[in-house]
Amino acid sequence: MQLALVLIMPFFGALAAATLSRLSRSYGAIAAVITCLSCLLLLYPLCATVFSGQTIIQTITWIPSIDLNLTFRLDGLGLLFALLILGIGLLVVIYARFYLSSRDSMGRFYAYLMLFMGAMLGIALSENIIQLLIFWELTSVSSFLLISYWQQREEARSGARMALSITGAGGLALLGGFILLGNIVGSYDLSIILASGDIIRAHALYLPTLLLILLGAFTKSAQFPFHFWLPNAMAAPTPVSAYLHSATMVKAGVFLLARFFPALSGTSEWGWIVGGAGLSTLCIGAYIALFKHDLKSMLAYSTISHLGLITLLFGIGTPLAAIAGVFHIINHAIFKAALFMIAGIIDHETGSRDMRQLGGLRKYMPHTTVLALLASAAMAGVPLLSGFLSKEMLFQEAVDSTQSYSWPWLLPIAVTVAGAFAVAYSIRFIHDVFFHGESKGLLKTPHEPVRWLKIPVEILVGLSVLIGILPAFAVKAILDNAASSVLQTSLPNYSLALWHGLNPALWMSVIALSMGAFIYLKRQALFELNGRFEALPDAKAMYLNTLEALFNVAYKITEALDTQSLQRMLYVFYAFALLLGMSAFFGSNATITGSRALLPIDALSLLIVIGAIIAALSVVVLHRQRLIALILIGAVGLAVALVFIKFSAPDLALTQLSVEVVTIVLLLLALYFLPQHGAPEPASHKHIQYLTLAAIAGVCATALSWAILTRPYEHIAGFFIEKSFTEGGGTNVVNVILVDFRGYDTLGEVTVLALAALGIYAMLDGLRLVGPSADSEHRAWNWDAKPVIMATFSRLLLPLALLVAVFILLRGHNQPGGGFIAGLITAVALIMQYLANGSAWTQSRLPANMHPVIATGLLFACITGLASWLFGYPFLTSTFSHVHWPWVGDFEIASAMAFDLGVYLVVVGATLLILINLGLMHQPSEKAKLKIGDHA
Amino acid sequence: MEALIALLIGVLTMCGVYLSLRNRTFSVVLGLTFLSYAVNLFLFAMGRLTIGAPPILDNSATNYADPLPQALVLTAIVISFAMTAYVIVLALKSRADLGNDHVDGKEDD
Repeated sequence: MQLALVLIMPFFGALAAATLSRLSRSYGAIAAVITCLSCLLLLYPLCATVFSGQTIIQTITWIPSIDLNLTFRLDGLGLLFALLILGIGLLVVIYARFYLSSRDSMGRFYAYLMLFMGAMLGIALSENIIQLLIFWELTSVSSFLLISYWQQREEARSGARMALSITGAGGLALLGGFILLGNIVGSYDLSIILASGDIIRAHALYLPTLLLILLGAFTKSAQFPFHFWLPNAMAAPTPVSAYLHSATMVKAGVFLLARFFPALSGTSEWGWIVGGAGLSTLCIGAYIALFKHDLKSMLAYSTISHLGLITLLFGIGTPLAAIAGVFHIINHAIFKAALFMIAGIIDHETGSRDMRQLGGLRKYMPHTTVLALLASAAMAGVPLLSGFLSKEMLFQEAVDSTQSYSWPWLLPIAVTVAGAFAVAYSIRFIHDVFFHGESKGLLKTPHEPVRWLKIPVEILVGLSVLIGILPAFAVKAILDNAASSVLQTSLPNYSLALWHGLNPALWMSVIALSMGAFIYLKRQALFELNGRFEALPDAKAMYLNTLEALFNVAYKITEALDTQSLQRMLYVFYAFALLLGMSAFFGSNATITGSRALLPIDALSLLIVIGAIIAALSVVVLHRQRLIALILIGAVGLAVALVFIKFSAPDLALTQLSVEVVTIVLLLLALYFLPQHGAPEPASHKHIQYLTLAAIAGVCATALSWAILTRPYEHIAGFFIEKSFTEGGGTNVVNVILVDFRGYDTLGEVTVLALAALGIYAMLDGLRLVGPSADSEHRAWNWDAKPVIMATFSRLLLPLALLVAVFILLRGHNQPGGGFIAGLITAVALIMQYLANGSAWTQSRLPANMHPVIATGLLFACITGLASWLFGYPFLTSTFSHVHWPWVGDFEIASAMAFDLGVYLVVVGATLLILINLGLMHQPSEKAKLKIGDHA
Repeated sequence: MEALIALLIGVLTMCGVYLSLRNRTFSVVLGLTFLSYAVNLFLFAMGRLTIGAPPILDNSATNYADPLPQALVLTAIVISFAMTAYVIVLALKSRADLGNDHVDGKEDD
């Protein structure tokens, strides 16, 4: 389970960094350092197994019934990436602590960084490819947060948005590719996929699968033509760039190429697409990098170019090229992280990143100059440094592998020219910034940075030199391991040495180095030449145009569909629903009336239903006289309660009755702030349309109800009736269903109730409502009069009503009642006090703050549910036992009753919260008084 | 008896649809109240109509009404109340912020 722990660690680290940073600015960094170190420590004992050539696979069963598990994989490639992610991550964490200014939030930075680290580790360590994809998307999201860290800057926001939309779109393509792949192979496990290369390549869907997966990889790794998001992502703080654009985010794409190399490579499609994309990216990136004046932009294009180089190596497809690709992943991560950090140091100490402005910094920061010199020499591919070795391997492969092509000279020449441009921009970085001339117009005098900003760079440059001089000692073991897990076979013979004799690769290196120097010397002419093409549309402009076109289409559609009128929209909605419902009946020869035996009509029922229908129709006719309409609708509600009583649903009748009272009081309270009489609606053809629609809806509802009511049906009632007492311990089946069989639903429902109450509280907060000062007949509103008889009786009735509520609550498990009904009865009893005695009187005797009641109720319900976990049962399993109480008799206590108590409290709290707060709106003066009382 | 209940559901639906298509917030709230009556009764009717056999276990009883629709409708009633409360307060807020009680927030042209 160590792998799962390694993965979870950064997410906890994010939480710790976010919270601890509030105490001290350094705590966030310390938490992050501890996270990195503990992940490394957890990985350490597994290294020996991996180095012996084995693949560690660990599984946590999650939902075994649908074969959904968390599966982790650690092999050579995964370990290499984990080490890069954690190692460079550790250095970036240290660097960032001293880079960020006191205005930047440390907690947010480290939390995002740890989130991102966890997501990257997830990509490297996943065995299941769907799981891998989830982490893949997480890197897109967390890198969005990191790039937009300086949210106040427009370019940070737009850069982050661009990165997210490009990599997010790529992620979608990748999902499609993975699903195809899973269907071809019949499994989403990497081990099986990697072993099924032949099946995949021979499959009819190979090309679409390949294209979709490559889209994902290319967007992430900024391959041409999707490269443009990367330079725009440079709006991120430099430590973020150093991390995301050297070792992690952009490497996720090439990781994918390496990971699926045995499954997808080896076809001419792979060669052309991957090789083609890699080669064009390599050349275009190297060329553009030379013309960028901003240090970070130059490094961004250089990164694009180097990613192209790695892609090209995987595209060439020979085992040796794949080894070189993995090797360059390591080298590039190391020297590019160092170079970004140096760019950050320069920015930090001079306030500028413009190479036209900077110059002669050697005098001010000699130490940094040496580090920069070594790092950019590694980038240029100078002997004795790491970049030289992998570039040599590329040159050699470019010559060897293309012998069979029709233009065998094309690839060697292209890579040599790209190499020359890399040399040229590396020289420019060193010469323009540190040697050439003097700095102009700097805001501060440059000086060496604090020690801690340089230590991470020193470590990285040291590694680069070590690999360059003693490659066999420094990286051979880990490279062999990673490469063999990329190839999934034994490695061919290759040697990691500095000197391979006078072979073509050496000559190409010599040409690239000298040509690079020449290009740098003649750069003025090139700059002028390049300047003429600046007006040409680039990929970024195309992206922005596409985006704008998309938005325009969306606006047009919205404009065409949105009529800005609720009535029209609702009309269309109802009409459509009716059409859909009716269409099922057309062409069917079923009769409307079914075969079920009908119940006889009795006079009383007939009377009640006719009464209800008359009341309902009167509401429609009189709905503009709002008070009368309200009274009439109350009558309809009571009739509905009577229907429930008649048809054997006592619980429903009780609920409906108490809800009816609460609803009418609520609507009365609200009506005070609304016009007492509705304005007449202008008569129009629309009005007739609405009326017709309503009539059709009514007829359809009647027909449908009739059709259902007259048909026999199969039901599962028997199950509940049978098990209610034996397993739920109650004889009121409805209540047992609510608190036991479907307890989870009920928990959700009371939560919705609580949320609605809180939402209402939020809406009423700060709302200024003006009610009328006189009624419709111009009689002044009397604030003082409280009917004496009602006040007296309601006070007398309160204890009785509460007693009834307790009784209803307690017996609910066996007789009609329960938490919902008891809660409503309590609420009604308390609201009576407000109505009869006024809010001031009641408020001084009853707590008005209902939030704790709701919270306690929800807590009760949740704890009852969780308690069953303690005994090893699923959430909300209930238990019961019979207790003998002296004098009272046999009692049976079910744990579900505690749950019902929670329901009760939520219902009481939510109902009172809504009504009290609405009621308090009525008397602003009293409310103000109470507010003062609250604070006292 | 089935015909009566079917008729009642139909009338309640008709009133609900018509009132919810009015242009004043209070009428719409009344309409929604009607619609919840209709929907609750309709859901309840899924368990068919049974007289005199409440689902309370009793040794002398031979037949019980279907308890499942009842349990579902019970919570639906309480949730409808929450919804009505939310919508009416929304109507108050809309009137306070926009100065009228038209459903679109502005008077018809």
